[in-house]
Amino acid sequence: MNRIVARKFGPNVCRLRIPWRPFSTDVAAKSSTSNAGNPEQETEGEQYDVAIVGGGMVGLALACSLASRPLTKHLNIAIIDSNPALGRKHLIKKDDLPDPRVSTVTPATISFFRDIGAWQYVDKQRHAYFDKMQVWDYTGLGFTKYNARDANKEVLGCVVENKVLLSSLLSRVQDIDVQNKIYPSRLNSMSILPNSSSLEVDSTSSATSLFTHGRLAKLELEDGNSLYAKLVVGADGGKSRVRELAGFRTTGWNYSQNAIICTVEHAIENHCAWQRFLPAGPIALLPIGDKFSNIVWTMNPKESSEFKSMSEDDFLKAVNHALDYGYGPHPKSSVMGNAGIFSWLKGNITVSAKDCFEVPPKVVKLASERMAFPLSLRHANDYTSKRVVLIGDAAHTVHPLAGQGVNLGFGDASTLSNVISEGIAVGTDIGEVSLLKKYEADRKPANVMMMAVLDGFQKAYSVDFGPLNILRAAAFHGAQYISPLKTSIISYASGEQRLPLFS
Amino acid sequence: MASSKLLSQPRWFRFLPRNLSNARLFSELASQPPVSEPQNNIESKSNNNFSSKASSTPSSLKEPELAKFSAIADTWWDYEGPFKPLHKMNPTRLAFIRSTLCRHFGKDPLSPRPFEGLRVIDVGCGGGILSEPLARMGATVTGIDAVEKNIKIARLHANLDPTTSTIEYCCTTAEKLVDEQRKFDAVISLEVIEHVANPAEFCKSLSSLIDHGGATVVSTINRSMRAYATAIVAAEYLLQWLPKGTHQWSSFLTPEELTMILKRASIDVKEMAGFVFNPISGRWSLSDDISVNFIAFGTKENESETV
Ligand SMILES: Cc1cc2nc3c(=O)[nH]c(=O)nc-3n(C[C@H](O)[C@H](O)[C@H](O)COP(=O)(O)OP(=O)(O)OC[C@H]3O[C@@H](n4cnc5c(N)ncnc54)[C@H](O)[C@@H]3O)c2cc1C
Ligand SMILES: C[S@@+](CC[C@H](N)C(=O)[O-])C[C@H]1O[C@@H](n2cnc3c(N)ncnc32)[C@H](O)[C@@H]1O
Repeated sequence: MNRIVARKFGPNVCRLRIPWRPFSTDVAAKSSTSNAGNPEQETEGEQYDVAIVGGGMVGLALACSLASRPLTKHLNIAIIDSNPALGRKHLIKKDDLPDPRVSTVTPATISFFRDIGAWQYVDKQRHAYFDKMQVWDYTGLGFTKYNARDANKEVLGCVVENKVLLSSLLSRVQDIDVQNKIYPSRLNSMSILPNSSSLEVDSTSSATSLFTHGRLAKLELEDGNSLYAKLVVGADGGKSRVRELAGFRTTGWNYSQNAIICTVEHAIENHCAWQRFLPAGPIALLPIGDKFSNIVWTMNPKESSEFKSMSEDDFLKAVNHALDYGYGPHPKSSVMGNAGIFSWLKGNITVSAKDCFEVPPKVVKLASERMAFPLSLRHANDYTSKRVVLIGDAAHTVHPLAGQGVNLGFGDASTLSNVISEGIAVGTDIGEVSLLKKYEADRKPANVMMMAVLDGFQKAYSVDFGPLNILRAAAFHGAQYISPLKTSIISYASGEQRLPLFS
Repeated sequence: MASSKLLSQPRWFRFLPRNLSNARLFSELASQPPVSEPQNNIESKSNNNFSSKASSTPSSLKEPELAKFSAIADTWWDYEGPFKPLHKMNPTRLAFIRSTLCRHFGKDPLSPRPFEGLRVIDVGCGGGILSEPLARMGATVTGIDAVEKNIKIARLHANLDPTTSTIEYCCTTAEKLVDEQRKFDAVISLEVIEHVANPAEFCKSLSSLIDHGGATVVSTINRSMRAYATAIVAAEYLLQWLPKGTHQWSSFLTPEELTMILKRASIDVKEMAGFVFNPISGRWSLSDDISVNFIAFGTKENESETV
């Protein structure tokens, strides 16, 4: 590692393509060194252009995106994640039951996946486009129904299991000829020294020397391996270690609410996304393909433990109840369709006459375990400092009310790879904070706005207080007309959908 | 590049005389002391060993200017220091250089290292703010500056990264390299011409360094009231970015004057763009507004007549 052979692509000595190896061997990192034709035993870690900490959906999306752009595909990337799923290469079989962890991806995410060549793999696996959406609440004051064709769209969105998104991104990265390497471990510590201003001449360009001069970040992993990178990307989720090590503070709070998620089966196929606001929070029924749907049901923590432990039959009854006559009557008519109390909110929306209220298909079977997790909102005050940048949940966690979590993360990945590409075009050191600030300037307002909107929604729908119900219904019908909801929601992600709740 | 449309048809260009017989411009030019009045060569008194041997070209050195740069040489790589404006402008001017040189030399604009194989000289390189990205873009870079301290800083900094440690740094002047008959594919000199003793002679030296089929890129501050207001008042006084007195208004050129003196040095200006600073985003961008900072790309005219 003391000899720099590949000046052409930066300070990386290991130019041989390292095959992605199964995770059964924990010596992967070591053996690759000898594969690279570098016989002397390394004491120093390898050097990379980018180290992505966290190979979740967002981290892999970044790797994919970098690998598919002409100006960034040469970059040497290390991915650090102990998730054994990253070592496997197989598509998820369609006859497996759908996993309860799903994402509702927006048209913007779909086109990002197409751009980076990953959607073709999703296409081969289970996913469910939906072209209809019905949103109503328990007061019976009204409902809203959206059809893709009203917006001149084929679809409103697509529900995909997280594991399908992950395996698609992984297959894509494996199939492109890229110089990536996976470290099957977890980040333990990270150090970045300030740019040296000392005038002492040190002409060696070994990793240690570059590190000492602030040109490389040093990462130490739990398995004892260490590596160096010009840029460290924290894509390590809501409890980001990178964020902690970089000393970025966060702002946020926990809602005293939990979400229960599970897969359910119907007697018929579901093609519509349904969401009903109940006194304690919304319940959503999302099509996931075949006769399956996914349930995301928000409630208070006490309720959630009851609903989680009750018998399957009781739970199914509760779900059917919640999606039908439970808590209140069916709405009589669409508020949008008549000149009722909300007419002042209407704007020039057209609702097709036959879009009358429907009752979602009955749930007949539970098809997965029920999982409960607390809802929280967390936002990093900074996304970047020298040689460090955060993307995805590491930068912002929202509750899954709108299934936006991962879409925001994909937006981050897309923007960051774009910024890196622009930086390379003009010969910038990709770890330079002035470059990374462009990413932050682009994403932070977008993410903060979305979080504010979702937080507002959460608050508006978790209070059961007489007059508020009307206001709430007004807000939810008027969401697309009233600022700031208007500006934020409509322009989000798809920019096409009228209601944010599933976008 | 999004800006290529406006780059190829700069607004001002339409008003420029195509042939050089425009008397008004010439007379105006002649009345500009910094442009055509030969300055006394103060550098002979200097204790730097700049002009040890007789040069066929008059020296471009302007000692008081050099002293200013020498005094703040340590701060070249401080992004928040006196050279902040150059750091901030860097991506923008490099985008201009990338697009013009890729087109001129038929290089692949989608390559991460499009300048591979090009010999580029950065005249007045300072601490290497421009030289380093050029090297990362694949160019074989030579950086020269008249201030020894700058070169020292530039070399130290470039050595920290293997992709930039290939840069050849040298404390010398363009005219000396002309004497040594050095040639380059691209001769780049950004924000230097306003600090030299005789811009017209300086341009001739730049021109002589260009090899057959080569090109040049020059940028400077416009001598207009707006440039004065923006560059001097804002940068030197209000923002305290630059030490007071860094710029002398009288030594700025207008875009027309620069085009003229380049023309007289057998360089045809083909494209020009302005930099505009957006105080809200804090970013510079290329535009057809050349009233403050501007950058010009030129190619050498048919060499046969000058040989
Ligand atoms: C239970 C649950 C249900 C959800 N449901 C939905 C939903 O229905 N719709 C929706 O849009 N969003 C949902 N979300 C949010 C969504 O999952 C996240 O927004 C999304 O997963 C973020 O992706 P990410 O890649 O940023 O982070 P993650 O998916 O959290 O990935 C982080 C990765 O980093 C790795 N890692 C962590 N620490 C380290 C370390 N120290 N070193 C190395 N690697 C590390 C982990 O192994 C993991 O692979 C849900 C979240 C949870 C927890
Ligand atoms: C404003 S700085 C520009 C630095 C660099 N070109 C950039 O744009 O980042 C001007 C530089 O020109 C150098 N300089 C001034 N007169 C010079 C001359 N006659 N020959 C060579 N360099 C000169 C100064 O020392 C200083 O470093």
